Amino acid sequence: MLALSDEILMSVDKPARYIGNEINSVVKDKDKVDIRIGMCFPDVYEIGMSHLGLQILYSMFNSYDDVWCERVFSPWTDLDPIMRKQSIPLFGLESQEPVKNMDFLAITIQYEMCYTNILQVLELSKIPFNACDRAEDDPIVVGGGPCTYNPEPIAQFFDFFYIGEGETKYRDIFDLYKKHKAEGTSRRDFLIEVAKLGGMYVPSLYDVSYNDDGTIKSFTANVPGIPTHIEKEIVKDLSNTHYPDAPVVPFIKVTQDRVVLEIQRGCIRGCRFCQAGQLYRPVRERDVEWLKKQAIKMLAATGHEEISLSSLSSSDYSELEELVNFLIAECRRRSINISLPSLRIDNFSVDVMGKVQDVKKSSLTFAPEAGTQRMRNVINKGLTEEDILNGARLAFANGWTRVKLYFMLGLPGETKEDIEGIGILADKIAREFFDTVPKEERKNGPVQIVASTSFFIPKPFTPFQWAPQATKEDFIEKAYICRSSVMAQLNQKRIKYNWHETDVSVLEGIMARGDRRLAPAILEAYKKGCLYDAWSDTYRHDLWLEAFDECGIDIPFYTTRERDLDEIFPWDFLDCGVSKEYLKKEWLRSKEGVVTPNCEQNCNGCGAAKFGVGICFNRK
Amino acid sequence: MKVRIKFSKHGPVKYIGHLDILRYFQKSMRRAEVDIAYSTGFSPHQIMSFAQPLGVGMESDGDYLDIELKTHNGAKDLIDRLNSVMVPGMRIENAVELPDGVKNAMASIAAASYTVTLKNGQDYPEEVVSKWDEFIASKSIIITKETKKNTLEVDLKPHIYEASLKNDIFECLVDASSAGNIKSTQILEALYNYAGIEFNKIDFQVTRIDTFTNEGTEEKPKLIPLDAMGVTF
Ligand code: SF4
Repeated sequence: MLALSDEILMSVDKPARYIGNEINSVVKDKDKVDIRIGMCFPDVYEIGMSHLGLQILYSMFNSYDDVWCERVFSPWTDLDPIMRKQSIPLFGLESQEPVKNMDFLAITIQYEMCYTNILQVLELSKIPFNACDRAEDDPIVVGGGPCTYNPEPIAQFFDFFYIGEGETKYRDIFDLYKKHKAEGTSRRDFLIEVAKLGGMYVPSLYDVSYNDDGTIKSFTANVPGIPTHIEKEIVKDLSNTHYPDAPVVPFIKVTQDRVVLEIQRGCIRGCRFCQAGQLYRPVRERDVEWLKKQAIKMLAATGHEEISLSSLSSSDYSELEELVNFLIAECRRRSINISLPSLRIDNFSVDVMGKVQDVKKSSLTFAPEAGTQRMRNVINKGLTEEDILNGARLAFANGWTRVKLYFMLGLPGETKEDIEGIGILADKIAREFFDTVPKEERKNGPVQIVASTSFFIPKPFTPFQWAPQATKEDFIEKAYICRSSVMAQLNQKRIKYNWHETDVSVLEGIMARGDRRLAPAILEAYKKGCLYDAWSDTYRHDLWLEAFDECGIDIPFYTTRERDLDEIFPWDFLDCGVSKEYLKKEWLRSKEGVVTPNCEQNCNGCGAAKFGVGICFNRK
Repeated sequence: MKVRIKFSKHGPVKYIGHLDILRYFQKSMRRAEVDIAYSTGFSPHQIMSFAQPLGVGMESDGDYLDIELKTHNGAKDLIDRLNSVMVPGMRIENAVELPDGVKNAMASIAAASYTVTLKNGQDYPEEVVSKWDEFIASKSIIITKETKKNTLEVDLKPHIYEASLKNDIFECLVDASSAGNIKSTQILEALYNYAGIEFNKIDFQVTRIDTFTNEGTEEKPKLIPLDAMGVTF
């Protein structure tokens, strides 16, 4: 029995989003499990199903006999009004039963622009928005994912947040829940016990007070015996943890329509703008033999025609050559494609890419992030102009003609020269092509360069958490300078320049470093009709501005304000391993343009060594 | 070796469109470890072609696809392997070897049979059933088709090979060739118009029963199911 009628399914786009029934989806007898959990990605099915973390937890939860985990996604904008009008409750794809019948609703929060979708999921599930209004029989709403490293703007909508990697503590939570059910204790009592597990943040158990200038004065627990310092959960041995042998295979084409092999977690690089690079420290590699076995198992169980490696910086994986050579041989035998994103361009990668891609159709990707060496030192991006030009020369000599370049605008201390450096660098790459490839050998056509810029948004737990975000007007001016610099180049016809929307960067900036006082504005924006804010077609900046205005939110306080070195941040009670002292040191070093070596070269004492694993102890 | 596979599709999978069914079968071949032949090049694809796309919402007892195998262990093994990796509602019904020179499924199609029932499980309205004999005996059944540029008049009658309407079920065998393909619901719509009753396509569940090729001549057709063109292996 499907939750939606035939009439509805025949009237909406891609009805396969709502019917479940996919290969490797798990259906259990609901009377034979103790705990039912909805695993939700608050965006459309194709995005949610592409997320590795969701597949890992789905598979891990369902490996427990007493638990049935189902998937829950945001209904698309065509179905949403129908469900409201006909009062159809949001349902899990597997049972097609209301989310409300479940014990837990676990929401993965991957980007700030999904906050209104979280409210949509709650409302359509008929679960009260605010945790304090929920009854004993409402599902416990849990949040996880990178945005929980500053959960404050959405804190009141969640019963608790799971801070860190999901593999470690859910079993304990489930056992605690079973005990709580058996003993008939209250929801609040259960949450207090959860808070004591470590790694768990129960917002209702803490109070925040503010100074006159709007900054935070204190963050305190309002019940005894719970921690005011919450350390993230971390998997100690990544070759000995749960990984999905048989991920769910969607019927419709999703963004990641392939087997995804996570080769390591964390990143040694320490780029100062990058939140992921700090949150997932220290780097932990997976054993190459384990990865080989896992790859074969997953290909066999899914039938996918492509496999992709996943990590923040694949080139830093110590056994990359061994793994890639194995995959090339296996995949050739099985007629499977390999996709290798984010490889540093060197002899090895050019050779490998030549084997797995069509040189004519594929492009080289560089992410210098900034246009001048000065600025790259400020952001600690250890990629030099020489690296880029050498890599490009090598690839051009091997037939490549397409180049993609990624930059950021609005970085702290950025000057006009830094921005103009983007056009100049793109032109140098074009010149490199014409110097390297003689006219008669340009059988794949002339070089084509695409330079893209995004706007920099300071994020918590980075050295730039103190930095002011550029204003919208600055962003526009910077993009204009960048475009002019591209146009002024000798090879400007070979260079295409793209830039991102500015409005949405402002909203992302507010949420990223926001506090508890934003929640009413998020609710208000949602009520006005904001939904799917991550999609440019549906993003309504005007409604967001109205909501902020009505709720008395001072936008510059959150975005363009430079934070005092001693300010208490809304996320300070969380601990991702990297200490605030270390970040402060890095912020000051960035102002001087001093580069910090990566973890492979030298330990800089960031604090993450306290977890006792990874690169901090196994330097090659 | 060229092999023709007959499959059925029922239940929630009826909402999966044709292109996704194609992707579904490609992945199924891999999961079942069928030794299928691939094209060459950087992104090799399986040599696979379908007889006729089935519209979203339709069910089927008799759809076909052709594949090319490098090695095999007989038809039964192929059918069992594939059925062990199907989702509920999808089933492999048959597999036959195609002799050399047999046209592919798409080019072979001449006709298809369908049943149409009301989704709410009720009988066809009395006014419609009572008009059936008169309607189907008429010399021509003209419908108008909207195209991008203008409206076309089409006579369905020559494309209807067999048709019957009982109280709860409409059955027909109609032209499915690329030149004269018609839909079962077009006949029903014409009938409802004839009876003066409003027609709503969404109310009807269409099931394809089988797909046929013409082994006879145009004048003396002899329709056989697409899997009768091959031999068991
Ligand atoms: S403690 Fe040292 S090696 Fe470990 S992550 Fe931090 S900087 Fe890198």
